[in-house]
This record gives sequence, structure tokens and C-alpha cells, in this order.
Amino acid sequence: MPTLPNQEEKVTLDTFLRGLWEENPVFVMLLGMCPVLAVTNSVRNALAMGLATTFVLLASGTLVSLLRKLIPKQVRIAAYIVIIATFVTIVDYTIQAISLDLYNALGAFIQLIVVNCIILGRAEAYASKQRLGATLVNGLGMGIGFTFALLCLGAVRELLGNGTLLGLQVFSDQFQPWVVMILPPGGFFVLGAWLLLFAWLRQRRERRLLEQQGASVHGR
Amino acid sequence: MSSEAQVQQAPVTPSFAMLRTLGSIATLSGLLVVLVYHFTLPIIAENQRIAIEKAIFQVVPGAVSRKDFIAVGDRLLPADSEGAQGERIYAAYAADGRLRGVALQAAAQGYQDVIKVLYGYGPECQCIIGMKVLKMAETPGLGDKIASDPGFLRNFEALDAQVDAGGAGLAHPIVTVKHGAKTEPWQIDAISGATVSSKAIGRMLNASAQHLIPLIQRDLALLQHSN
Amino acid sequence: MAADSLTFIFLNAAVINNFVLALFLGICPFLGVSAKKQTAWNMGLATTFVMLVSSTCAFGINWLLTWLDIQFLRLICYIAVIASAVQLVEMVMKKFSPALFRALGIYLPLITTNCAILGLALFQTFREYNFLQSLAFSLGAGVGFTLALMLMAGLREKLELAEVPSVSQGAALSLMLAGLLSLAFMGFAGLGGSHA
Repeated sequence: MPTLPNQEEKVTLDTFLRGLWEENPVFVMLLGMCPVLAVTNSVRNALAMGLATTFVLLASGTLVSLLRKLIPKQVRIAAYIVIIATFVTIVDYTIQAISLDLYNALGAFIQLIVVNCIILGRAEAYASKQRLGATLVNGLGMGIGFTFALLCLGAVRELLGNGTLLGLQVFSDQFQPWVVMILPPGGFFVLGAWLLLFAWLRQRRERRLLEQQGASVHGR
Repeated sequence: MSSEAQVQQAPVTPSFAMLRTLGSIATLSGLLVVLVYHFTLPIIAENQRIAIEKAIFQVVPGAVSRKDFIAVGDRLLPADSEGAQGERIYAAYAADGRLRGVALQAAAQGYQDVIKVLYGYGPECQCIIGMKVLKMAETPGLGDKIASDPGFLRNFEALDAQVDAGGAGLAHPIVTVKHGAKTEPWQIDAISGATVSSKAIGRMLNASAQHLIPLIQRDLALLQHSN
Repeated sequence: MAADSLTFIFLNAAVINNFVLALFLGICPFLGVSAKKQTAWNMGLATTFVMLVSSTCAFGINWLLTWLDIQFLRLICYIAVIASAVQLVEMVMKKFSPALFRALGIYLPLITTNCAILGLALFQTFREYNFLQSLAFSLGAGVGFTLALMLMAGLREKLELAEVPSVSQGAALSLMLAGLLSLAFMGFAGLGGSHA
């Protein structure tokens, strides 16, 4: 379950790792689904989207954390949104400057990072209460967790839908690509399949735990 | 949630403090955005120029430089003239400064979404000499072959686009015909399995060419030299 | 149908490129409030309403920004305007139609972070729609969103009665369903391009 620490938290390995697995924004908290589904038809797009989101997460976290004592409670959401929108605009122009092809492939979804609930959620639940160090570490964890989830989807969809990985041919020409995987329905199916896998793993772990406890009770 | 002290303290925050904070955040963000914008603007403009020139030189083979014109009503004006608003066309020139062809944009609804293409018109043969898809969302593996299928692209190496005797339109409208049924030089041989996308290309080329090619043919003298 | 006719823009936004099932905008409410048909209907209505309002606002803002030549502030202005528009709609509704407010009230704050609204504003700007086209586009998007939500809610209500393996309960099953719906909606493609 997502934790909402009220006290300032000491930076531990857990601060970082939480975003990767236990509180993975996509697979566990089901946040920021729109870009997860929309831009994961290739590994390249998924990676670019993940990095852009991580940057906005870190930059807005920094500013929110530094200004946390100065922003009055009543106007905090408005302030956060303006800060986030600023960094998204910066990312938008930077990507255009780096590669127009990439910019055209991602389309409006770069600007839609603004309404990605992960970023506003982190600003409200974490950065506004924590020191800069903890915010950065936690934000990096969340960002990498998000990127990891995007790559999970992007890799499967590109591999099955196009027979390539990062644009390199993987299967032989005999392979008939599952075109549906890079079309919208494929996004839903692949994400659903990943969630199934994670739910299955979790259930199996819980059952093992239960069996172990049962065994130890019998043993006495 | 947060501690009680904050809850009690909240009502006494004076409004000028809120305004001050929001004001300074807005100023800061404005400053950041403007800075980045000014820094990236020339790079973006350069990227766009490279992208469009690459496309132009692809649809007009042999061209190395370009000059922009704008079609306003039924006249062609240089793109830098005052208040010219309309369809932009690109005259493309060979290394010796002679006109190789003109690149034009066209768009129509495809199977999934709007398809945008750039095509080249060669005044010497009075035909379309190249076509490149700029933007589409056609079905991968079926409709998206319009951008890559070699047989389909061969249609646009010399697609007849002669102006009719009156100079108001094409002598023969450009049409897409069923795969393998092409008999005339102004027909486009469709890709089997992607008829809708192929027809969209024919439709957009015909609409654009009927309007623009007579203008180009008439004002050829204006376009003739690169400077 | 020409690609820029009002009917076509409406149909395109509603079914061919459905905001939820083809463009993946507004997935959060799509998965979150699609358990009951009644709530889904209310959410759809509220979203359509906010879409119309914010699309109109965004059109005005874009005109103003273009006129002042400061388009780089577009995103910041859009999000600020949408947030205020939602607040405004909430206040007006509370004052003039308490019944409607009671039905839609709790959904309105959720709509601010619904990417379908910002997506709508951005798409209409990129596609350079004029005012009437923007209205048709936002109405189509709203209808499409409501349609997707209602279909999903109907399916999920039926599915309540079915036995499914415990692993696949919840989000995974909803996503698979959404995938099937999305597959079905692909059949609408070609609606506008099939004539020659």
C-alpha cells in the first residue's frame, strides 16, 4: 500500500527501491495509465517517455521540496501545477530540439505529462513534506519504476507486433508479426497480461508464506 | 493527514502572502520557459528546415536547393512577400540553379486518420515525379504500405498530370484503380489489401493537383530560377 | 464526407478515434468509475460538459496567445484555465442546479486531472480547428467517452455474476475487457475514407 509519511524520512535504500517494486506507480498503484498505453508501441518511444517523465518528476520535486515552507496550504495545488507545467514545457522544447522524429512519434503525450497523476501525487504526498535529498532519491526510484514499466510494455509490444527490438530485427522473416499488438487493443492486452502475472506472483508468495506458517505450527 | 498546527494556522495566512507566492512562482516559471524557448528555438527551426528539405529533395530527385512560394487565391507569391497567407509550395533547384520540380503538400482522410503527403511535380514531363508520406496512422502491415511498398511508389515516378487545354485543371483526373488494373499513365495502381489508403492518396493528389498545377504551369517563369 | 466537415469531426472523435479506446485518454476514470452504469452515465455527462466549456476557453486562450505571439506559455495557460473552468462549473452548478450538482458533484474535481480534457484542448490546437469545429470535436469526444464508459460499465455489471479466477479479478480483467472493446471499435476505422 502507498505510504504517506508525515515525518521527514531518513534516506534509506528503501526510499529508492519502493518506487521500483512495492509501490511501482504503474503495476501496483495503477497511476499514469494514459502514457503507459499510448506510447509503448516501441521500445524507443517508451524509453523517451520514461526519461521525460523522470526528469519532470525530479525537477518539480526539487522545486516543491525547496519551496515547501514558503507555499501556503490553500494555493499549493495551483503552485504545483504551474511548476509541473513549466518543466513539461521545457521538456517539450528540448525533445523538439533533440529529435523531431521522436517528437512527432510521441505527439501530444509529452505535453500530457502535466496531467500524469504520478507527478502531482508525488509533489503532494512526498515532496511537499520531505527534504530535498529524500525527495530526489524517492523521485528517482519512482521515475525508474515508471520507465521500467513502460519498457516492459514497449518490449513485448514491439517484439510481437513488429518482430524487432529497438528497431533491430529479432525474429527471422518467417515470423508473421501480430500487428494487433502495436495497435491500441494490444496496449490493453499486454498491460492486462503483466498485471495478471504480477497478481499471480503475489498470490503464490502469499500462499507459500501461509504454508510455511502452517508447517511451523504443525511442527510444534 | 498533516499536523493540527497547520490546520489551525491555515485560515490566518494573509491573502497577500498567497498572491506573493503564486506571483513569484509564476514569474520564475515564466523566466525558465522563456530562457529554454530562446535557447532551443534556433535548433528547432534548423531541425525543421533539415526535415522539410530532406523530404523535398526526396520527392524532387536531383534537387539541392529550394525556394518557398505561397499560392494565394489563383496567384503565386514569394513566401517572404507581405501578408501572404495560403498554401506553401516549394520550388526545388538543381546544382546549376535550374528548376528541377516543385514540391507540394496534400492531405485527405485515410482509413484511420488524416494522411499527409509531399509530392513532387516535374514541369518538364508535366507529371508527378515523387511522393513521400509525411504523416499517417494507417494500419501497420496493411495501409501503412503506402509509404514503403516499392510497387506502389513506382506509380509516382511518372504519373501523368498534364494541364487541360483551358488551363483550369488537369487533362485527366488522377484516379486510383484496383490492383493490377492500371492502363493509363494518370492512374494509380492500388495496393491489394490497402485499397482505402491507396484511394485516399489518389483523392488527395487529384484535389491538390487540379488546383495547384495549372497555377504552377502558368507562372513557371516566376519559379524558373533559384535567385 | 470531407475531413473537415462538422459531422465527420464529430464521428471521428466519437467512434473512429475514440478518446478512451484508441487514443488512451482518460483511462483513470475509465477504469475507476465504470463499475455501475448510473455512475458511469453521470461521469460521462460531467466530462462532456467540462469538455465543452474548456474547449471553448482553450480556443479563446489560443487565439489570444497567438495574437500576443507567446505560444510557449500555451501549456501553462491551458492547465490553469481548465482547473479554473472546473471550479467555475462547480460553483455555477451548485448555485443554479443543486440536483445536478448532487449527481455530478463528486466527479468534478476528478475531471481536472483527466487527461482527456487537456488532450482535447491540445489536439484541437494542433489540428487548427476553427470555433465550430472545436465544438463538434469536443462534443464528439464527450459522447465517445460516455459511450466507452457505459459499454464498460454494462460489461462489468454482467461480469459481477460470473466466476473468474481470483488472480484475474480487478484491474487485469478490466484491461482485458477494454482491449476487446478497443478491438471492436477498430471496426469503425474506414468510416470516413471508404468512399472514393
